[in-house]
Amino acid sequence: MNDILLDVKNLNVNLDGEKILENLSFNVKQGEILTILGPNGAGKSILLKTLLGFLPYKGSIKWNQKPKIGYLPQGLNQLRAKDLPLTVQDFFSLKNISPTNKDIGKYLSLVGLEKEIIFKKAGSLSGGQFQRMLVAWVLISQPDVIFFDEPTAGIDIGGGETIYSLLHNIWKTEKLTIFLVTHDLSIVYKHSTNVLCLSRKGHYCFGAPKETLNERTLEQIFGTEIKLYEHH
Amino acid sequence: MLNQLFLTLISGVFIGGVAGYLGTLMLSKKMSVVAGPLAHLALPGVALAIIYGFSLSLGAFPFVILGAILIWILEKKTKLPMENLSAIIFASGVGIALLILPIGEAEEALVGNITKITFTETLITIVLSLIVFYVVNKIYKEMMLMNVYDDLAKVEGVNTSLYNLLYLLSIAVVVGLGVYLVGGLITAAIIAIPSASAKNISKGLLSYKISAVMFGVVSAIIGIVIAQLAQLPTGPLVIITNVFLFLISIIFRRKSLYIN
Repeated sequence: MNDILLDVKNLNVNLDGEKILENLSFNVKQGEILTILGPNGAGKSILLKTLLGFLPYKGSIKWNQKPKIGYLPQGLNQLRAKDLPLTVQDFFSLKNISPTNKDIGKYLSLVGLEKEIIFKKAGSLSGGQFQRMLVAWVLISQPDVIFFDEPTAGIDIGGGETIYSLLHNIWKTEKLTIFLVTHDLSIVYKHSTNVLCLSRKGHYCFGAPKETLNERTLEQIFGTEIKLYEHH
Repeated sequence: MLNQLFLTLISGVFIGGVAGYLGTLMLSKKMSVVAGPLAHLALPGVALAIIYGFSLSLGAFPFVILGAILIWILEKKTKLPMENLSAIIFASGVGIALLILPIGEAEEALVGNITKITFTETLITIVLSLIVFYVVNKIYKEMMLMNVYDDLAKVEGVNTSLYNLLYLLSIAVVVGLGVYLVGGLITAAIIAIPSASAKNISKGLLSYKISAVMFGVVSAIIGIVIAQLAQLPTGPLVIITNVFLFLISIIFRRKSLYIN
């Protein structure tokens, strides 16, 4: 008896005259994890940005209620943080909610970081710690919906695994709705309610992973990429 | 004479301080180059002021504010990178100035004339500095977030376009004031150098802001005093003091690396 939180119908997005998304339809219910799967350039990040209202589109995007959306964009470059003298605490203070140190500590623990790193420079954290800090940064606003765009990019395999189980735990305890962009098929089976796959040729699939993903759909989605490599 | 030195020091302290503070927002690649061209844009205004004998800032402000708004509009319309647009603005500023500036009287325009600042001008400087200080303080955390991660700022609900405009206007006012202190050629330095020095010795945001203001203020005082004693032009000495403090900050940075 889940409510539909987001209903997307015939979504079309063009950027600089190029069709990125064409007649895309899917829906997401409250408390689901939707994984968005597809090769580079299929429009996964564009889809998230469109749903956030950053980009113009045609078609309909209907949010039931106005959810508070948290968003972790793809590949935030830690070097940008290294350029500036920002401690972890300073980085959290840039949020419009101005969280207290106690809150920050609580959310750092939640993502498996030591509270003491609050006074460390954000640029001096390891890649994995930095990514976890960003997850905490998103969570501390207490969003109802979170968009994660490849949260494990740039983290070694073991680290990626733990980020996903972390997200899964938070999803269970905080009763969130999660939109997750990933390349990683094993994550799709393990963690998601539904999968939405995008390809550069405009093939889409949408549904529960076990019913939707098979050799044929996967070839339609990723096949072009493999052929491209063969030509070179 | 002593009175004049007092006015000079007071305005120098305010201009140096607010420029240093604003500069802490400009250490991102996109923005750090914008102040320079804006300052050069003040040159034609300063030239007019010299020719027709009115106050330097009356000449400078309309030009730099127009320039700031122009960069803002062009960036929105063309999506060209700001450094590219700044180069265009820069060229037009210097070009126009060279056409109309009487070269014989160019010194004031190039290196400033804060030692001749009047009581009214000092008052205006103080008021404008305080206003900019207030505005920069208001927009600080949003601007900082935009500078680090634009997308995160958008999700936080920051109206990036409005903030960019306020930010550019703040730069324009500081640049207009900077024309007094150091002239139109090197105004960017009093914005860029204190924050660079401050970054070298700071671990967190608060010390970064405070030390940048301090570097700006101290450079202005030392520069003005040495210039008075040695009978040399003030602007260049303020800049040289800034650079000297920057070099010292590098030594401290090395030390802190070992401590960590």
